[in-house]
Amino acid sequence: MQRMPQSDIPFLLRPVARLGDRGIYVLRDLGRMGVFLLYGIAGVFKHPFRFREVVKQLGFIGAGSMAVIFFTAISSGMVLGLQGYYSLHKFGAEGMLGSAVSLTLIMELGPVLTALMVTGRAGSAMCAEIGIMRISEQIDALECMAIDPFRYLISPKFLAALISVPLLTAMFDVVGIFGGYLAGVKLMGVNSGAFFSSMQQSVTDHDIRLGIVKSFVFGLLFVWICTGRGYFVQKIRGAGFGAESVSRVTTQAVVIASISVLIFDYLITAVML
Amino acid sequence: MAIARTADNADAVIRFIEVTKSFPGHEGRNIVLDRVSFTIPKGRTTVIAGGSGQGKSVTLKLVLGLMRPDSGRILVDGQDVTSLRRRELEQLRTKFGVLFQGSALFDSLTVFENVALPLRERTRMTDEEIRQQVAVTLEQLELLGHEDKFPAQLSGGMKKRVGLARALQLDPEILLFDEPTTGLDPLMTNDIYRLFARTRQELGYTAVIVSHDIPKVFELADQVILLNKGEVDVFASPGEIKYSTKPYIREFVEMTMNCGKTGAME
Repeated sequence: MQRMPQSDIPFLLRPVARLGDRGIYVLRDLGRMGVFLLYGIAGVFKHPFRFREVVKQLGFIGAGSMAVIFFTAISSGMVLGLQGYYSLHKFGAEGMLGSAVSLTLIMELGPVLTALMVTGRAGSAMCAEIGIMRISEQIDALECMAIDPFRYLISPKFLAALISVPLLTAMFDVVGIFGGYLAGVKLMGVNSGAFFSSMQQSVTDHDIRLGIVKSFVFGLLFVWICTGRGYFVQKIRGAGFGAESVSRVTTQAVVIASISVLIFDYLITAVML
Repeated sequence: MAIARTADNADAVIRFIEVTKSFPGHEGRNIVLDRVSFTIPKGRTTVIAGGSGQGKSVTLKLVLGLMRPDSGRILVDGQDVTSLRRRELEQLRTKFGVLFQGSALFDSLTVFENVALPLRERTRMTDEEIRQQVAVTLEQLELLGHEDKFPAQLSGGMKKRVGLARALQLDPEILLFDEPTTGLDPLMTNDIYRLFARTRQELGYTAVIVSHDIPKVFELADQVILLNKGEVDVFASPGEIKYSTKPYIREFVEMTMNCGKTGAME
């Protein structure tokens, strides 16, 4: 679509023209990203399946993020244990600590913090990798060799993220609950039996299902946005050129993915709770 | 509208028909190709020359369907690239080999893996067959002994050779070269041209070379296409250029003569 030069537009109409231009750009960008998502998912089912690449990506997104997730989970769990203890202690309800810690982690903090940490660690790297491949014509080279860049490059990352993020979330939940146990039971002296029995009584299948759905959605969101922004690095307005464009788009991808995770966290909670 | 001349050749493998391509500029559109028409004959070497920003690389991307024109048709073996679906385009691209300006090697793969990639992904060859074919190509292009190196460990000339080796793997009918000697010293430039001439003679592919390495690249050309401000001029041989009366081409011929006369324009 051709853009009319600013000088050809009457002065008073220029803000309207800019708004319209921006609106069209956003719509086109959303359309591009929508098609990218469909191709990315479809590529998972295309032959030949890149098993080795999926394993490599599982190692990068999943195994490589375990240390970060462990430390984030244990510190979050311990803080929850301490904060929860002081709040519940006022009402003499320390016995409910296990319930408070586990529900907070399983339904909210586990999926959200895992997605945010994985976005920061693996999403940024993926965006930069694909962005560099785009500006150095490596993706063009794949297309010229009649190799589908989605099947070869994007879809293995999609699949690996959809497997890794729920597993990392499960790990976050377990480690976080252990952190809450350490702070609440071992440091503050809450009864161990009360901690676990309150957890057992209050956590239902529905709560776990909510956590699982969130982790899948967040996994898809982060991998879609981060790889998509890298893939379209040359089409993003204001990103500049060359290495600078990759760095700007990587920052943008992490910010958009993180905000999207938080927005979808609310939406999923509102729908499923 | 720019005037365009079309070479008369019934055996055309690529045809541009009234193609226009423009990009957003500060003030409106920057027109790179303005309703241009030309043909590229089968089995011969066509050089597309012109200054920076005149649309040389854009022309290659249009042929490959990596970009779409604003208007006009681009026929490759009779198929209109501009109206093909994704899968049809993928199929059409199997006819092409491309040597990119920056070589476009996959930097996380070794030389061997880069050259073997099209065979692994596009054929059902066994690992042993792939290893043998890659070894033959690497020997042809004097790259044996460098199989395990990564692109970052190679010189510019070697990267181009690896790019050429990769482009040749699927036995393409048409080979596109985007600035094959940019950034290379004269010795490496000669080396690339020598390898090009040899592989071209052995394999008989149609070659399209986009270059500003003038007049040297004309030594390889059967046909020359000059791009200037959206306009296209086609010459059936490099020697024809000096008979043109157009001011920009006269200027170009004089500049070429001053830079170093070669047999190509005789």
